[in-house]
Amino acid sequence: MSLIRVQNLHKHFSLSSGLGKNLVVKAVDGVSFELEKGEVLALVGESGCGKSTLALTLMHLEEASAGQVLFNDNDITTLKGKALKNLRRDIQMVFQDPYESLNPLMTVGAIVEEPLKVHGLGKSKSARQEMVKKALEDAGLNPAESYLNRRPHELSGGQRQRVVIAAALVLEPSLVIADEPVSMLDVSIRAEVLGVLERLKLEHSVAMLFITHDLGTAAHFADRIAVMYLGRIVELGETQDVLENPQHPYTKALLSVIPVPNPKLRRKHIILQGDPPNPINIPGGCRFHPRCPVAIPTCSKQEVALKHININHKAACLLLDHSA
Amino acid sequence: MRDFWQALRRNRMGVIGLIMIVLTLLMAIFAPLLAPYNPKERIRVTLDSIYAKPSLEHPFGTDDAGKDVLSNFIYGARVSLTVGFFASFISVVIGGTIGLISGFFGGKIDNLLMRFTDIVLVIPDLPLAVVLVALTKPSLMNIIIVIGILGWTGTARLVRSQTISVKERKFVLRAKAIGAHPLYILRNHIFPLVLPLMIANTVLVISLAILNESALAFLGLGDPSTLSWGQMLNFAFTRGAMSSGAWWALLAPGLGIVWLVLGCTLLGQGFQQILNPRLESHHLQKSEMIALEGSHVQQATG
Repeated sequence: MSLIRVQNLHKHFSLSSGLGKNLVVKAVDGVSFELEKGEVLALVGESGCGKSTLALTLMHLEEASAGQVLFNDNDITTLKGKALKNLRRDIQMVFQDPYESLNPLMTVGAIVEEPLKVHGLGKSKSARQEMVKKALEDAGLNPAESYLNRRPHELSGGQRQRVVIAAALVLEPSLVIADEPVSMLDVSIRAEVLGVLERLKLEHSVAMLFITHDLGTAAHFADRIAVMYLGRIVELGETQDVLENPQHPYTKALLSVIPVPNPKLRRKHIILQGDPPNPINIPGGCRFHPRCPVAIPTCSKQEVALKHININHKAACLLLDHSA
Repeated sequence: MRDFWQALRRNRMGVIGLIMIVLTLLMAIFAPLLAPYNPKERIRVTLDSIYAKPSLEHPFGTDDAGKDVLSNFIYGARVSLTVGFFASFISVVIGGTIGLISGFFGGKIDNLLMRFTDIVLVIPDLPLAVVLVALTKPSLMNIIIVIGILGWTGTARLVRSQTISVKERKFVLRAKAIGAHPLYILRNHIFPLVLPLMIANTVLVISLAILNESALAFLGLGDPSTLSWGQMLNFAFTRGAMSSGAWWALLAPGLGIVWLVLGCTLLGQGFQQILNPRLESHHLQKSEMIALEGSHVQQATG
């Protein structure tokens, strides 16, 4: 049984143009994947491809337009009130910008204690304090006591992100959605924060949906990688498999531009032409065809679905049929 | 708090306004000590003591009843300040509540509340206040209430816009992700960050309230049992100060009103320049530091 099973999830936003014509932004347009307990899935894609919208929809911070999200086999897309609040204990989120995601007026202790208070956990103030301290230490803020009474502006970016992680951890969720948790941090402290997340996975067997635009970070500790393009997953497979044997031309292009330290091993860069198309006006057929370096005429006519390359590796490209 | 005072000290207009208000407050508090005569005291009036010119005995002259204008002026500050503070308190509570609810919930509620605000905004304050005070008994309490319930529109709009900008910040989204109730978010995450601006706005509302009270009193709708600056003007105007050339009976209360309103406006604008990032260039860190001050203000007031 999967921890979370996403089936054909859609999130469309309608924009009224003022001319009586309603435009629809298809931010997430038919996404399906599964996540096992304690597994890390990296969701990779460029800006505007719908990664963050997918995260917010899974978090129930945006209403899904269509499709299902099964969490422990229960559909959570229609939850409301008390049931939704209980679900929030199981799914927590780490946001991209640690400078914005902490209330500047609250102390670190109060921020990490807040989820416990909201859910009425912990019998007494001192019991909650112990849980707060443990969460802070799990997030790598040692000794916890010295941080309790500090306010966010006294902390560095890395420390702030650890506070955000601690505030998510304190509820002991089984799934953490991390939306670009390190992209706003200095390179020097990224590794440390990633280390904290990795310990989470190993010691607490927390499943994680790790959203990033950086394949390098994804390769660091994801079990599987999903590559997203314009609201759809175009390739999904085990990290090793996807990195060494990419099938979709988009994945190939992303991989080709990762810097390689050894100049003799440098690959030929595949530079994509043009900008990602507007999600209001999605190209017909394969959505990648206008930018695809290997597109054939049929690509603009025929929709493509994910095809299995092997049991654990899927990609959506017409050429896979042709070569096979 | 220290940073806030440092910022205020650098703001010359704000400091001048603060000094002006503090001087007036001191005058009102220590009125019995400062005033040479008690305005409520019964005196024997002779023809010479009506509209007597300024002299050593009466530095600001006397009024139509032969009373000392300086003493009336000193005691009159009490009425103006009382009305100013209490009426603006009512205004800020109403405006703040409407602004917070409107900005936070948005959508239909926002639309409804803001159209209501617009309606109140376009109704001319003074004529409506005149009607309301005329219909009720013109007591100090009624005047405070009428001024209070007519003066909240500016506060509502300001608080609404600030609420909308705070609402979009990520820590509010994070609180939702935790599962916090909307009212909990409003109280614990949004209100403390809107509060400093609300306090700054209060000072400006005070000056409006004082001006409105003076206008009502000048039109003869003041509380007859108290003597405010507006009422002194009214008496001087209607009881022949102009025709007898007694400029002193008009000058003291007139300048008093200008002094106090100017003081409040200067301080209020000083506050807003410090607290409202849109009025002055601010570094992100700095605005956070000031937002931090809000918590202290809240602790001090709550």
